[in-house]
Order: sequence, then structure tokens, then C-alpha cells
Amino acid sequence: MATRRERPIEPLLWLLFSAGGMASAMLMPALVLLFGLALPLGWIAPPSYEHLRAILANPMTRLVLFGVCMLSLFHWAHRFKYTLYDGLQVQHLNELINTFCYGGAVVGTLLAGYVLLGF
Amino acid sequence: MTDPTYREFHPRWLRPRMSTYWWLGKWPYVKFILRELSSIFVAWFVIYLLFLVRAVKGGEVAWSSFVALSAHPVMLTVNVIAFFFIVFHALTWFAVAPQAIVAHIGKKKVPAILIAASHYAAWLVVSAALLWLLLRG
Repeated sequence: MATRRERPIEPLLWLLFSAGGMASAMLMPALVLLFGLALPLGWIAPPSYEHLRAILANPMTRLVLFGVCMLSLFHWAHRFKYTLYDGLQVQHLNELINTFCYGGAVVGTLLAGYVLLGF
Repeated sequence: MTDPTYREFHPRWLRPRMSTYWWLGKWPYVKFILRELSSIFVAWFVIYLLFLVRAVKGGEVAWSSFVALSAHPVMLTVNVIAFFFIVFHALTWFAVAPQAIVAHIGKKKVPAILIAASHYAAWLVVSAALLWLLLRG
């Protein structure tokens, strides 16, 4: 296929997709359960503000979080791109879709860096 | 005489266009599309997490207003849906892990069920550790 020669970046994008899929599958269910449901619905005693702040003050936490955010965003970009391609059959819009998806992931990653590195 | 106008040549593929809803009606296809759509909620949760971090950074007042916002019915609805999609993503992701990882012990191939099971086990351990870390204080 010609695509392989024209887009040598494809294996890298697939690797990011795969790593992001693994990171989000491992970490996100517990986090959504806690911060999306249990905390707002009052199922559990919430962690204290000082405790959360101390966890986030640790540079290791923020480094890991940054990695998870970046990889998960590239995971989204890759999957969502193909959802649009195949789901809506709009292969002819591929330039626009690529820009939206991978551009979105890059912007999100920069945003994550801004929020996390400047804690 | 006016110049003739030319139409650009668009090669047409001999491929009938399928309905946009081709995936409805057969569970494996629906499952495939739901799996793909789970990525939207993965991205959503990244944004949610970043807002959470920003609130913690912003001080105690910012944090409590984030907690109040998270209890808003719209936010709760989105997060309930996100929870199901993200769990679906995790379940399907670990289920296909044996297809991506072919491991060998000596000359024997590790059975697929063992690879999937070890992923589920790791998921449990990681989730428990994460909740312990966050809730112990």
C-alpha cells in the first residue's frame, strides 16, 4: 500500500494509540468511579483537600498524569479518526479529520503540560 | 465564443455506498461502534481530570466549587455515561490483549486466556492501589 511509504509516522501513531488504550483502561475506571460518581454522590468520605494537594505536589504524580493524559488523547485521536472514517464513510475528508483529531490531541497535550507542570 | 469549462475527473469506485447506520442490527457491529465511541469519553475524562487538577491547584475554595460542579445533574449524567463507556473500553481492551501479545515460556505459547486473565488481574490491583492512595487521607 502506498500509505505505508507516504506516512512513515503511522507506526508511531499506532504505538501511541496502543499505549494510551492500556493506560486509560488500567487507570481511568477507578478514577471516574471515584471523582465522577462516588465523590459527587457522597458514597464515600471524600479525600481531604490537603491530601489531594500533597499527592499532586509530588512531581512523580504529575509526570505520570501527564503521560496518561498525552497517551489517552492520542488514543482518542486514532480511534475517533477511524470512527469518523468508517462510521460516517467520509474518507474523502481525511485531511480535515486528521487535523482535527491529531491537532486536538496535540493541543490537549500542551494544555495538560501547562496545567500539570506549573502546579 | 466562451471558453469551455472543464469538469475535474473524479474516478468512481465500484463500491456501493452503505447506509450510515450499517452497524445497527447486529450486536458485534454495535459492539464495535460502541467500543470506538468509548474513545470520546476517554478524551472527556482527560479534560475532567485537568479541571480537577486545576481546582486543587487553585485552593480550597476552587476545589469545593469543583466538587459542587461535579454534583450538577448534567455533569453527573455525563460522568455516569462516561463510566460505563470507560469500563466497556477496559473490558474490551483486555479481552483482545491476547491477540496483540503472543508470549512464550520456553517453547510453549502462553494460552490466550492466561494473558487476558493477567491483564484483568493487573487492572484490579492497579485500581485498588489507586483508590487506596487517594482515600487513605
